[in-house]
Amino acid sequence: MRVGVVTFPGTLDDRDAARAVEYAGAEPVSLWHGSDDLKHVDAVVLPGGFSYGDYLRCGAISAKAPIMKSIIVAAEHGFPVLGICNGFQVLAEAHLLPGALTRNADMHFLCTDQTLKIENNSTMWTNGFTLGQEILIPMKNAEGNFNCDDATLHELESEGRVIARYVGVNPNGSRDAIAGITNKRGNVVGLMPHPEHAIDLLTGPSKDGLTFFTSLLHSMIAG
Amino acid sequence: MALDTVTNASATPDFVLPFEQLGLKADEFEKIKTILGRRPTGSELAMYSVMWSEHCSYKSSKIHLKQFGEKAPNSDALLVGIGENAGVVDIGQGYAVTFKAESHNHPSFVEPYQGAATGIGGIVRDILTMGARPIAVMDPLRFGAADAPDTKRVLPGVVAGIGGYGNCLGLPNIGGEIVFDETYAGNPLVNALCVGVMRHEDIKLAQAHGAGNLVVLFGAKTGGDGIGGASILASETFNTSKPTKRPAVQVGDPFAEKVLIECSLEIFAEDLVVGIQDLGAAGISCATSELASAGTGGMNVQLEKVPLRDPSLSPEEILMSESQERMCAIIEPSKLGRFMAICKKWDVTATVIGEVTSGDRLHITFNGELIVDVPPRTVAHDGPVLTRPMSRPEYLDTLKAVTLEKVETPEAIKAAVLKLIAAPNIADKSWVTKQYDKYVQGNSILAQPEDSGMIRIDEQTHLGIAISTDANARLSFVDPYNGVKLALLESCRNIATSGAKPLAITNCLNFGSPEDPGVMWTFAETVRGLADICLEMGLPVTGGNVSFYNQTGKVAILPTPVIGVLGVIQDVRTRTSMSFIEAGLELFQLGNTDDNFTGSEWAHLHGQMGDQAPTPDIDHETRLVKLLLEGQKYFAAAHDISNGGFAATISEMVLKSNIGATIDLPAQFIPGGVTAGLFAETPGRVVVAVKSSDVAGLTSLAESHKIALHKVGITGGDALAINGASIPLTQLRAAFTETFPKLFG
Repeated sequence: MRVGVVTFPGTLDDRDAARAVEYAGAEPVSLWHGSDDLKHVDAVVLPGGFSYGDYLRCGAISAKAPIMKSIIVAAEHGFPVLGICNGFQVLAEAHLLPGALTRNADMHFLCTDQTLKIENNSTMWTNGFTLGQEILIPMKNAEGNFNCDDATLHELESEGRVIARYVGVNPNGSRDAIAGITNKRGNVVGLMPHPEHAIDLLTGPSKDGLTFFTSLLHSMIAG
Repeated sequence: MALDTVTNASATPDFVLPFEQLGLKADEFEKIKTILGRRPTGSELAMYSVMWSEHCSYKSSKIHLKQFGEKAPNSDALLVGIGENAGVVDIGQGYAVTFKAESHNHPSFVEPYQGAATGIGGIVRDILTMGARPIAVMDPLRFGAADAPDTKRVLPGVVAGIGGYGNCLGLPNIGGEIVFDETYAGNPLVNALCVGVMRHEDIKLAQAHGAGNLVVLFGAKTGGDGIGGASILASETFNTSKPTKRPAVQVGDPFAEKVLIECSLEIFAEDLVVGIQDLGAAGISCATSELASAGTGGMNVQLEKVPLRDPSLSPEEILMSESQERMCAIIEPSKLGRFMAICKKWDVTATVIGEVTSGDRLHITFNGELIVDVPPRTVAHDGPVLTRPMSRPEYLDTLKAVTLEKVETPEAIKAAVLKLIAAPNIADKSWVTKQYDKYVQGNSILAQPEDSGMIRIDEQTHLGIAISTDANARLSFVDPYNGVKLALLESCRNIATSGAKPLAITNCLNFGSPEDPGVMWTFAETVRGLADICLEMGLPVTGGNVSFYNQTGKVAILPTPVIGVLGVIQDVRTRTSMSFIEAGLELFQLGNTDDNFTGSEWAHLHGQMGDQAPTPDIDHETRLVKLLLEGQKYFAAAHDISNGGFAATISEMVLKSNIGATIDLPAQFIPGGVTAGLFAETPGRVVVAVKSSDVAGLTSLAESHKIALHKVGITGGDALAINGASIPLTQLRAAFTETFPKLFG
């Protein structure tokens, strides 16, 4: 199975995401922001970083990149997309996911090992978890504070589209301690923390992050 | 004023130039006239003034720094030595590692965020210029008293700047130091270290070869920021009585640097450059003169071709601008098309601004008029060399021995430990380090607060490197010759504690004014000590940085030679962390404690300095390093004893592990008793945790290396118990972690 990893100017965690894809047993394929060619991949990861230096708004410029036009069309037909951190911000700016990621409540960049609770294990990227499972993965961002209007929040909560929530202290002020969400169809997932940094105990605090990538393989094989 | 051309300069020998305002002395100005056989043009004067500044020319330090060459140990590891942008070391398996530290002290006092940010940007470009992919950064920092109002201005800005720039570049920040002392109040130290990796065959040098080859400027456009920064900002003390000459601090754009890194690495991968130099201090003046000076020919530059952000800049200003995120490459004409295509891919502006010539002059024209005609070596390498007066400072005769009350009862021990670990120099620094990305690139094996930062180099072979930076400025104040030796030995110990073998060093020497004979003496003693210890330990000096004028009025900073040691580890999976993962481990101290509190944090907390630095025991330290490397298989955890003594070390270990320990220091066997056992900072000691089944192995290893081994306790429980004093981990953690948030919000 081929999983595309998109590089925008300023993307940082593309090589990390590719490594995680490989650890999970799939083939990572490098995709370039300036091309609309998805190279026949089966899924796409939008990795973390500071694409376009976070200028204008985080993810705003990248959301207009040629590769995103192809991803938006494909996602509307059920193509699996995982946006991590800046990738989540890009998905929100591209309106594949609702809401916005705003400045952390304490205004600082925060890098920490964060406990999350899995709240939806039926998406293409989370089906390998058990419902309510607590996982430990790094988070690192300055704009991870998930915000949306009350109606959207109600919709997300009532439809079970919050996929993961922060456990313990809410690290950035996100509404309902939301760490990640999915679209109605469950193929597009946005997550602020970084599962690609938790794939082995040598370089990460746990191996919990790998399950996001193996979940994709399971859903592709099953589907 | 009309353009000051070479013709005009020859015709108007008596025209008065403001050389003093540019920081040049009268005799230096005369020397320039002798070199050129006429008065310099305004552009030439700009170039010489900035390149002959203390910051760029090392004029006060050069005669001392020679010792690093004279006393250089034999080393097969050194691939590129002092003089290039950064030294390069062979770590085996065909990999070469380059690392260097630089200061950005004065700009960070003026504008903490941008000063610190551009400090990172500059050192990263130095590493990139060698042909390496930057893989990590570290930041040794010094600030005034933690509770001083100005520290609340400077520290959060510096930390945000380091994070804001480094995080955006995708470089893990894996270590550093934060130390507070009143002497840094007007002169905070912001040192930045960067490390990069490449294959041996990919090493690039800053040399212009081959007549007809093109000089290409690429990266950000040139603006008015930092004009004269190198010569004026870095060589003038902040004296409020004089009119300020402080220009704007450079402004960083980490996004521009990130794309410049990726663009450059792609250019290197296709082998498209003959030579390359980054633009830092002294901008185009430095890059063109250094490239030409180190090469085999001359150079013609058409200055009007430089893309400008501010079209009103004069030629002199274009030459001096320190706009960030710029590089200068020498390329063969046949490779220009491919070079430009890669720049276009990354949206990086690239412009041919000149060519290498067969002559021996650096010619710079502006719209066809010759404004610079100089031998490049006289600008880049033949700057003035000063023999500054030196004298042993009088304060050394007024130092007093430390006199402290004994800490013996359980109540006193508990109170003292809680006081120590809440002290700003010892307390938890995660308020700072949480603002840095330590995970990016996915190869961080160890990061702060571990003894060293460790990065995996090869995912298949598990080869890795470790880096530690250390300085004990109080010991350097009391005894500069031995102080720097102790800093280097501590850094080696940190490396070995994590499981890596020390391989090479770099340094960043921060001092007060070289015009003060006392400061100059401490500097000379430091360099002598450093050159000696490197020879004694067989560690090559790969490069370094000198920062003078860290002084406000008559108050100089403590002499602060920061030493960075690079180590190599064959298999990162064997590394040892400072935190133990289970109860029931036996705790040992390697090395003996003695009754000397000079320079210790415990003495500092009581307002005392002491009068006698410990004597470096190189033989002991060498054997200890060997023991640490051979003993890795036994260690469940290991942590060096340094700032704060044993008490700080064991507190850090139990808190990181969240597993308590019961400690019994045999007071009768320690000179100075429990007080010294807990708080003395005797060098050459490490705490290790081992399983009971490994005790015999460790014991015989210690015997064979003749290192004293003391059983000090056992892990377990939810308290740190020391000689009858019991401190619940919750209470210990509160004391340790509350300090920074209380101070800085």
